[in-house]
Amino acid sequence: MADTTTDGPMLAADGTPLKQSLARALRRQKIRALMLTAPLLVFVLVSFIMPIGSMLMRSIQNTAGTEYVPDILPNVVAELEGWDPTTGELPSEAAFRAMIVDFKAAFENKQHTQLGRRFNYETPGMSSLFRKSGRKVSRMDVAEITDAKAELIDVDDDWGNIQYWATIKANSGYYTSSYYMAAFDAERTIEGVQMKDPDQRIYQKLMLRTLWLSGLITFCTLAIGYPVAWLLADLPLRTSNLLMILVLLPFWTSLLVRTSAWKILLQEQGVINDIWIALGFSDRLSLINNQLGVVIAMTHILLPFMILPLYSVMKTIPPSYLRAAKSLGATNTTAFLRVYFPQTTPGIGAGALLVFILAVGYFITPELVGGADGTFISNRIYFQFSTLGNWGLAAALGTIMLAIVLLLYYVYDKLVGIDNVKLG
Amino acid sequence: MAQTHSNDAFVAFERVQKSYDGETLVVKDLNLSLPKGEFLTMLGPSGSGKTTCLMMLAGFETATHGEIKLDGKPINNIPPHKRGIGMVFQNYALFPHMTVAENLAFPLEVRKLGKSEREAKVKRALDMVQMGAFGGRRPAQLSGGQQQRIALARALVFEPELVLMDEPLGALDKQLREHMQFEITRIAHDLGITTVYVTHDQTEALTMSDRVAVFNDGRIQQLAPPDELYEAPQNSFVAQFIGENNTLEGTVQELRDGYAKVRLDSGDIIDCKPVNVGKAGDRTLVSIRPERVEIDKSRLHPDAHTLKAEVLEFVYMGDIFRTRLRVAGREDFVIKTRNAPDQRRLKPGEMVEIGWLADDCRALDA
Repeated sequence: MADTTTDGPMLAADGTPLKQSLARALRRQKIRALMLTAPLLVFVLVSFIMPIGSMLMRSIQNTAGTEYVPDILPNVVAELEGWDPTTGELPSEAAFRAMIVDFKAAFENKQHTQLGRRFNYETPGMSSLFRKSGRKVSRMDVAEITDAKAELIDVDDDWGNIQYWATIKANSGYYTSSYYMAAFDAERTIEGVQMKDPDQRIYQKLMLRTLWLSGLITFCTLAIGYPVAWLLADLPLRTSNLLMILVLLPFWTSLLVRTSAWKILLQEQGVINDIWIALGFSDRLSLINNQLGVVIAMTHILLPFMILPLYSVMKTIPPSYLRAAKSLGATNTTAFLRVYFPQTTPGIGAGALLVFILAVGYFITPELVGGADGTFISNRIYFQFSTLGNWGLAAALGTIMLAIVLLLYYVYDKLVGIDNVKLG
Repeated sequence: MAQTHSNDAFVAFERVQKSYDGETLVVKDLNLSLPKGEFLTMLGPSGSGKTTCLMMLAGFETATHGEIKLDGKPINNIPPHKRGIGMVFQNYALFPHMTVAENLAFPLEVRKLGKSEREAKVKRALDMVQMGAFGGRRPAQLSGGQQQRIALARALVFEPELVLMDEPLGALDKQLREHMQFEITRIAHDLGITTVYVTHDQTEALTMSDRVAVFNDGRIQQLAPPDELYEAPQNSFVAQFIGENNTLEGTVQELRDGYAKVRLDSGDIIDCKPVNVGKAGDRTLVSIRPERVEIDKSRLHPDAHTLKAEVLEFVYMGDIFRTRLRVAGREDFVIKTRNAPDQRRLKPGEMVEIGWLADDCRALDA
């Protein structure tokens, strides 16, 4: 017998179990690999994962300033619990009394205006109500008040508005769905959740427009980029390197500069319009501050992202395939459609995915050349948090866009297969 | 240069020239014709113009001057897809996104054949190359030799009368290559198709072809059947390119009765057959095959000239012995002797006298 089999585990030369010995040998490698990637992991965690997590939280947290609404209005929340706004009656005397108590505390902490602004997102007018009531309510002494309801309505008639109280009740939890409702153009009324009037459904319209224009831009970059990439892949290396620099040149120029350049070219008194008039046409074209301007400028800006993956895929397709197809009797068109084009689909997939996802989140270009009807959802998100300070709604819109892009990515994966995408 | 100009030539190049840059000719005044059913190999070093000729025939390059005829009709202005020529490429060029069967069906589809007819032909073609079970595979799932067979089947499936092959066996290992050489010639002869085969491998050219066209510098140096090419090279390029060959430099001293005496630069005189020399006094390169050198003086003509040689190296190669000698001042003179029981095994340092039949020693152009 050449080999004796033992019942126990396989042993290494020094008598320790082989598995343990192997694990020890591999552990050092693993630790070293982890150390090398640690900076990247930390960076991704801090700059990517955490902001996204924070955005997701923002979109559902019910806060005014830095504090949760129920923490600012603890007594009001408790008193409103049993109140049903659909009865058409104002809340109880105790609720009004609680409001005075909580409001005074909020005024002390300088939170009442933030609170007003928070409720104003839901029901316009509440911001001014809270601001105006501030000083008067702060001077009240709850112990001396017999009829809190009358006193408060005396300060401002709006305290008798049942809709306002309904808003407070609806937003008295730590978490709220109202930002998502707003993002989907719905609102909460006393009768329940309803869609806004069709002409006020601004976010739906913006989202659809963003997706549609991004799709159009993706198609344009493909239509323009495909022949360019083919040419680059087909030319001798020296010539193609030179042309490649021309393709990459926009990459090395500031986005702002490129967008401004398009502004100069396309504007009413710009170069293209001047040529148009010089050619004998009488009407100046409106090429900018509309959707056309956005499509032109963004197609140009995003073109390299289409050309590069296409080029890298086409570079790997030997010219002999087309020759083989022709020698087998295929016309140029058939050879292209049946043999060349199918082999470039991984590049088309990569380019289209890249351009589309970049376009959906684009901000500067639509902001500068989009005008009124060419803005994207990103411009509205920016407006919400920078001008209105409504971080919750901005976060909800951002989260929805993220979800849509992930959904599209998933659908794309199902249809094309992400393994078939080649970036280089 | 052998030229066959006949009206029944199936493929004919007539005074064809090709230039890429307008300054140099890659193909210079090419005249070539081959009858139906012939297996012709274009052999030559890289850059000799053989692939360019093939590409012109296929229609991927246009001739700068001259005419190419297929079955009597000029095809210079016919695009490649209308020529109906089958072609096997160096890297096979099997479409990677199609299965083997789809690859084979492609030329039939573009010819608008019906489904059942297509399937029958695909099956027949696959069976012909013994790949019947592989129709559903992708090219990437096949080995090099299998891909080669499929490429061959695809080039033949639409039953072309002419098939071009551009170094189709270059990527295979030696054993597989030898096997495929045999397969290709068998299929080509069975189907009776005309084949133009390009290679830089002279063994391949010799074993497969009816005739071989040796290309160099844009010209056909010699067009002949393999045995004639090997045994009777017309110039020193062909002699050196085909098979192993010893060359000695010298001057023609005397031409008489169809034989020549050549004085080598070392002063020795040898007997040769004049092939490509003009008159006495001309410089010449004398060429002799290693296996035609005789070391047994008793087997030579009594008054044959012999040369003194010193053994430098003896290599045992199994079936033959390869011995390197110093002859007439050159140290690269090689002889090959058969491994027979009575064969002499020379030892380095030994002095021998070598000679040959004058018919085996060819005086060629210098």
